[in-house]
Amino acid sequence: MSADVQQRPAVYVDGVHKTFRLPKEQVHTLKERVLHPFRRSGFEELRALRDVQFDVGKGEFFGIVGRNGSGKSTLLKCMAGIYGTDEGRIYVDGRLSTFIELGVGFNPDLPARDNVELNAAMLGLNTREARERFDAIIDFAELHDFIDLKLKNYSSGMLVRLAFSVMIQVDADILLIDEVLAVGDAAFQQKCYDEFERIRRSGKTVLLVTHDMNAVRRFCDRAMLLEHGRMLAIGDPETVGNRYLQLNFSEEARAIAQEEARALGERGAAPVEYMSEREGERFGDGRAEIVEAWCEDAEGRAATQLENGTRAAYVARVKFHDDVEDPLFTVSMTNTQRQQVLSASTVWTVPRPGLFRKGDVVEFRVDFDNILAQDRYQVSASVELSGGHWLDFRERMFSVVVTSKKVTGALVDVPQEVSLNRLGASAPEVVS
Amino acid sequence: MSAADVTARARRTYSEEELGTPILGPSALGNDSRRFWHLTWTLAKTDFKLRFFDNALGYFWSLMRPLMLFGVLYLVFSVALDVGNDVEYFPVALLMGIVLYSFFNEATSQGLRSLLMREPLVRKVEFPRLAVPTASVLSATFSLGLNLIPVVVFALVAGVTPRWTWLLCPFLLVGLVLFAWGLALLLSCLFVRARDIEPIWDVVLQIMLYATPIFYPIELFVYINGGEHPELGRLIMCSPLAVVIQQLRDWFIDPGYLSAAEAIGLAWRLVIPGAIWAGVIVGGFFFFKRVAPRIAEDL
Repeated sequence: MSADVQQRPAVYVDGVHKTFRLPKEQVHTLKERVLHPFRRSGFEELRALRDVQFDVGKGEFFGIVGRNGSGKSTLLKCMAGIYGTDEGRIYVDGRLSTFIELGVGFNPDLPARDNVELNAAMLGLNTREARERFDAIIDFAELHDFIDLKLKNYSSGMLVRLAFSVMIQVDADILLIDEVLAVGDAAFQQKCYDEFERIRRSGKTVLLVTHDMNAVRRFCDRAMLLEHGRMLAIGDPETVGNRYLQLNFSEEARAIAQEEARALGERGAAPVEYMSEREGERFGDGRAEIVEAWCEDAEGRAATQLENGTRAAYVARVKFHDDVEDPLFTVSMTNTQRQQVLSASTVWTVPRPGLFRKGDVVEFRVDFDNILAQDRYQVSASVELSGGHWLDFRERMFSVVVTSKKVTGALVDVPQEVSLNRLGASAPEVVS
Repeated sequence: MSAADVTARARRTYSEEELGTPILGPSALGNDSRRFWHLTWTLAKTDFKLRFFDNALGYFWSLMRPLMLFGVLYLVFSVALDVGNDVEYFPVALLMGIVLYSFFNEATSQGLRSLLMREPLVRKVEFPRLAVPTASVLSATFSLGLNLIPVVVFALVAGVTPRWTWLLCPFLLVGLVLFAWGLALLLSCLFVRARDIEPIWDVVLQIMLYATPIFYPIELFVYINGGEHPELGRLIMCSPLAVVIQQLRDWFIDPGYLSAAEAIGLAWRLVIPGAIWAGVIVGGFFFFKRVAPRIAEDL
């Protein structure tokens, strides 16, 4: 029997479906109902979770990642028992505690002591347990001098510290945590990370919902990617993290870029017209046409994602609508910061390709070692005559995402070998 | 790999005993009654603290409201309009009626707003939902307890003599608290769905203030004016609130007041307010229980 208990998953989510019915028109008053008794306000169904299935072993640190609206918070609320499920069941083995928000129910007009008591009661501790843990809570939060101060007089940092302390003092076997790390100053965040490390080592099961891929890489044993309520990937946090980044860059890049541009504009900084997902300007006299262009991965397949450290290629097909002599073919790639990281042209290799007749089709190909950092890159292509006469110029024609196993923050990932040699402490030797 | 593949690969089957406790979603009561009471108590206590012990005059101010209302009603009805001067200790009855009505008003309107006021809790923490409106009623009950002290003092000063029927009064008070609780459950759920329940309930409370023997004696309808409107008196006595207040007048203040049974005419007619009372409590509880699992989504 004990062997059975050992094998029991801490959390088992069995084919969970959850649909929200959102009324098309919000009928919030009796008056509206009485005045329009026959107006059936239609419902829009929002399928927040579709057939979600996974298990989390005891002592596992499990990450749930997904973009906004992917259903990850709904899943957490279902596991926490805040929402009921429409189909499927969730099993939990052990005491479960949920932290969707820090300091839920904190009352600004009460001092820390009362709030801790209230918060502990919400989280399921009884009076005795709460009293026993009070000192530990205040110790961790470093708020000894402020016990009787009303919370409205606390700084936001102090509030976060108090709330986080209450949270970790509830000894649950399974912790469901929703993005609590996004708050607090750097020093406290470090403390939270240390605490996560401790929780992880103490053998508790943690399910962490987050956007922070670094946290996923650092803590999670396994992770899961949700999109539109479906599981897109589950397993190795590295792989899942990369999948998430691809997803994010491909669809959200534009929205973020625009937002950043707006923020930049407000600050009065460089009035950069931020790059957008849409194709940029197209110039040219039309005597040549870039019909299509794409990137290829190491296997020579057209790809929208390229992995760092592999071979990659850019290919463009150009059709001539008129006789053209000695055109140049170019391509350039810019990252999300609008820095140009790749530029290739036939000007150095084939400066005088000769005459192209009307109706000719040309393939322009650039093979390269992909040393680009993890980011999204916009590709611009052109066919021109020397002297700057455009035949066809397609700015930001398409984009490609580069994924990487490591996040260095550098502009490019220059191929490198890293080694470490221990030299004797007493007698340093010269190592060649 | 498509989403379906991912799901299929993650699918593993377990037998029942290999699994832990199923998570059943939110409910009204939860499965741990100690947790429910502890939470209700803590919520009510902090709520009460906020209102009364926030400043030194907190309790004083909370007494002022019923006392001021008492002063006004006493001047208008008893002194100026000469109502109730032919029954014993009418000022005591007036004050008691006001205190009880204030409780009823506070418990039901706070209860009505309770779920919405604690929205962040309801949406973000799993706990027995019933604790929220129950705590509101409990907190109002605490202040009822405090406000009854001056009523008893005033009664003794006015010359009301303690009788054995005083021992029966707590049962009536419990009945009143339960009635307010049933209404609070009903109203809090309805308020989540229809926001105009609040002004509607305000109007109902106003009507109940006049349709309850508070600032007039029920005898006005039954005996005085030659018993011209006994049916109106009987109609008034169909309200459980009226029954509690009238019966307390009889048991607590002076046996000269009509008992609820006498006021309604025949004792069996008390079945009507009794049925309303029981219906509200049972209906309120089961309605809340049914709605509880979806409150977090509907808010």
